[in-house]
Amino acid sequence: MVVQVTSFSRSGLSDWLIQRVAGVILLAYFALIGYVMINGVSYASWQALHAHSAMRIFTLLAALSFAAHAWIGLWAVFTDYLTERMLGPRGNRLRRFCQIASVLTLLSYLLWVVQIIWG
Amino acid sequence: MLQVSIYRYNPEVDSAPYMQDFSVDTEGKDLMVLDVLEMIKDGQDASVTYRRSCREGVCGSDGLSINGKNGLACITALSDTVKGNKLVVRPLPGLPVIRDLVVDMSLFYAQYEKIQPYLQNNTPAPAIERLQTPEDREKLDGLYECILCACCSTSCPSFWWNPDRFIGPAGLLQAYRFLADSRDTATDERLAGLDDPFSVFRCHGIQNCVNVCPKGLNPTKAIGHIRTMLLNRAT
Repeated sequence: MVVQVTSFSRSGLSDWLIQRVAGVILLAYFALIGYVMINGVSYASWQALHAHSAMRIFTLLAALSFAAHAWIGLWAVFTDYLTERMLGPRGNRLRRFCQIASVLTLLSYLLWVVQIIWG
Repeated sequence: MLQVSIYRYNPEVDSAPYMQDFSVDTEGKDLMVLDVLEMIKDGQDASVTYRRSCREGVCGSDGLSINGKNGLACITALSDTVKGNKLVVRPLPGLPVIRDLVVDMSLFYAQYEKIQPYLQNNTPAPAIERLQTPEDREKLDGLYECILCACCSTSCPSFWWNPDRFIGPAGLLQAYRFLADSRDTATDERLAGLDDPFSVFRCHGIQNCVNVCPKGLNPTKAIGHIRTMLLNRAT
């Protein structure tokens, strides 16, 4: 078995499980955000909501879930379409570039979220 | 007259594939697609090349893309596929074409070989057959009937993009056929070989395989069972 060094967890089963759990967390988070917004939101109520430690943890959990979900999903897309089979040798270079660029972008967004909610 | 368009490609002569049109008089009969191909080969162009053998949906030789949907030419009736008096026949998608409607199935068979499609049992052989309860035997229903026609795997985009690493629905259906067999003792070894990101987990559950299987089997369900077994083993 060839180990995939750029996949999220190196294991297909683990990636699959993480992506599903992350999906459920994201669904719950956006359902909550949607519910809050439908019921009307002001600057003060929005700030109060996100001042709660529980909400901050939930937001960070959602951000982590988003990063993991997107890493696993994009990795699957890149390994489907950006391959030597599809594009010749340049497919390998392009795939590695996209994998690394997407991971760095996701990590940057994650750090930004941490700065916004905990900074 | 039925208008038939057939994918033609002879690599020894043609620089590129092309579609050739034929008109076939079916005399109003609801023929099978294979009958139409035979009529063309016998009466119009003997060089039209395709695989066929049993002509009754048992051997799995004549898997083709028929009006855009994979199926066995011998058991696909014109009334089930023809719309607007037009029949378009192409080779199974995603595999290299050897000639006309004949594809090179090496990649497909290589994936089948990977799942070790034979019973493995490390206990001493009994004097008689290894027996199963009727309940255990029932678990193989919907799995053992696969005829390896490749209609499912070649309708699966994940198999198109990664035919060398994704086992594909046909291979995975057979993988589960042996995982589910009470007489097989190699369950752990079999599962250990399926944990990577490609072999099983490239299946995204779009069910093209279920949609085209000429035997009415459900590879997506079998893949779900394999996932559950992997999960139970690793958590």
